[in-house]
Amino acid sequence: MITVENLSVRFGSVEAVKGVSFHVPKGAAFGIVGESGSGKSTVLRALSGLNPDWTGRMEIDGTALSPHRSKDFFRRVQMVFQDPYGSLHPRQTVDRALSEPLEVHGIADIEPRILRALAEVALPPAVRFRYPHQLSGGQRQRVAVARALMSEPDVLLLDEPTSALDVSVQAEVLNLLSDLQVRRGLTYVMVSHNLAVVAHLCGTVGVMQGGVMVETVSADDLRAGNVMHAHTRALRTLCMALEEPA
Amino acid sequence: MSTPAALRDWLITETPSSRRQAAWGRRYRLWCDFRRNPLAIGGLATVVLLIVLCLAAPLLATHDPGQQTLTNRLAAPSAEHWLGTDELGRDVYSRLLYGGRVTLGMVVAVVLLVAPLGLAVGCIAGYFGGLADRVLMRVTDVFLAFPRLILALAFVAAIKPGITSAIAAIALTAWPPYARLARAETMTVRNTDYIAAVRLTGASPWRIILRHVTPMCTQSLIVRVTLDMSSIILTAASLGFLGMGAQPPSPEWGTMIATARRFILTEWWVPLVPAIAIFVASLAFNLLGDGLRDVLDPKQR
Repeated sequence: MITVENLSVRFGSVEAVKGVSFHVPKGAAFGIVGESGSGKSTVLRALSGLNPDWTGRMEIDGTALSPHRSKDFFRRVQMVFQDPYGSLHPRQTVDRALSEPLEVHGIADIEPRILRALAEVALPPAVRFRYPHQLSGGQRQRVAVARALMSEPDVLLLDEPTSALDVSVQAEVLNLLSDLQVRRGLTYVMVSHNLAVVAHLCGTVGVMQGGVMVETVSADDLRAGNVMHAHTRALRTLCMALEEPA
Repeated sequence: MSTPAALRDWLITETPSSRRQAAWGRRYRLWCDFRRNPLAIGGLATVVLLIVLCLAAPLLATHDPGQQTLTNRLAAPSAEHWLGTDELGRDVYSRLLYGGRVTLGMVVAVVLLVAPLGLAVGCIAGYFGGLADRVLMRVTDVFLAFPRLILALAFVAAIKPGITSAIAAIALTAWPPYARLARAETMTVRNTDYIAAVRLTGASPWRIILRHVTPMCTQSLIVRVTLDMSSIILTAASLGFLGMGAQPPSPEWGTMIATARRFILTEWWVPLVPAIAIFVASLAFNLLGDGLRDVLDPKQR
């Protein structure tokens, strides 16, 4: 479904991403982990079309992507941002936020679709006419997920969708995301610095360090400790130490 | 829904069942918040009162605003002339009512021209950046480089003096600060995640600017507009004083002060009356704008 080959992104003289390649089959979930500044979010922004200054080759469903994307691309590929406090327009109600993708793509039946979307992300219909500041962080992220799903995309790009939420809400949102993936057959690319979160949702994990994808392992191998690269091992040890405090 | 209480319940319900109900509920809440601010209500009441007085001028005026009685110049307020007479013996009260039509009409016309223009220029420059930004901002700089009154004067002098050209001239000189303001607001908004999310829906840049960026700029713009109302009145008055604005004998508050300026030490009520009118109008607009700003920001609720 998604193929990325030799992707490089430059910001001025800094090369943030240096020749990253990976492949995600249809219906699978691919995780990218790494420390802050390792270039993982940059990969996602290049893939989503938010950053047009990249070189290399990216394909979605067999079609090569150009720096400027068509409207159809934006219907099929959607993104959920890290910070649910910043990704919803502060002056727009949930209703407005959810109807915007439908209006842009000229999709009819706005009312029933909004109600269905709210139900799908387990939000009560009462939040429909609220503003983002009247919602909790978890509810906002659910609204962001619902918005991403409005145009019925095939691919969902997740940029640390849980890291701004507290732990109990993180689990809720993660479970919601894995339910949705099964129900809708979505393809996920998820970026996170949290190895446990990525391993929970994704079958395959790519580890990034300094703009390079140093290793790609399956989640099972990661859990079992069958990893090759020193950085993967270091991240894994750190993650275990955080999860099971001695 | 027949009784006021039922209507109120319908409006303030936490779970509106339709978009129409939610929209009216939102308006009702805005009004409730606005009502809680006595200064803003005072401003609104004054603005409404001024507009009503000016619209009803033919009914309320006691004299013809242009009728001269040279034997009765600069009379003190009396039962016959409630606010006295001016240097040509015209009734100040009647001229004040008719003058409000000209003055407030000019202010409203200028604002209606300037605010959307400045907003559009600023948002387009700020959102697109690059060449569009550079061109639009240099044009703005050119207009900012001239003193406001002199540019307006030159413009009116080049075309025919009168109210219409005065409005155009003031509008021409008043838009750059709005463009600057809107550009600055747009620059802070354009890189946020919520605008990125709208871009990812595939919306066109024009749709993003119109529906997502401008709502973030209007709040500071409203405040700026209401603060500018008084200076627009004063610019209109200055143009009138120099013979480039409202032409005699049509009354206009600024022109009334300008012509009565000579008598400020002896017959002080003649210039004082229109001065008070300008002051009250400016203050009312400012208070109204302040109240509106507080209410329009949903985060403060």
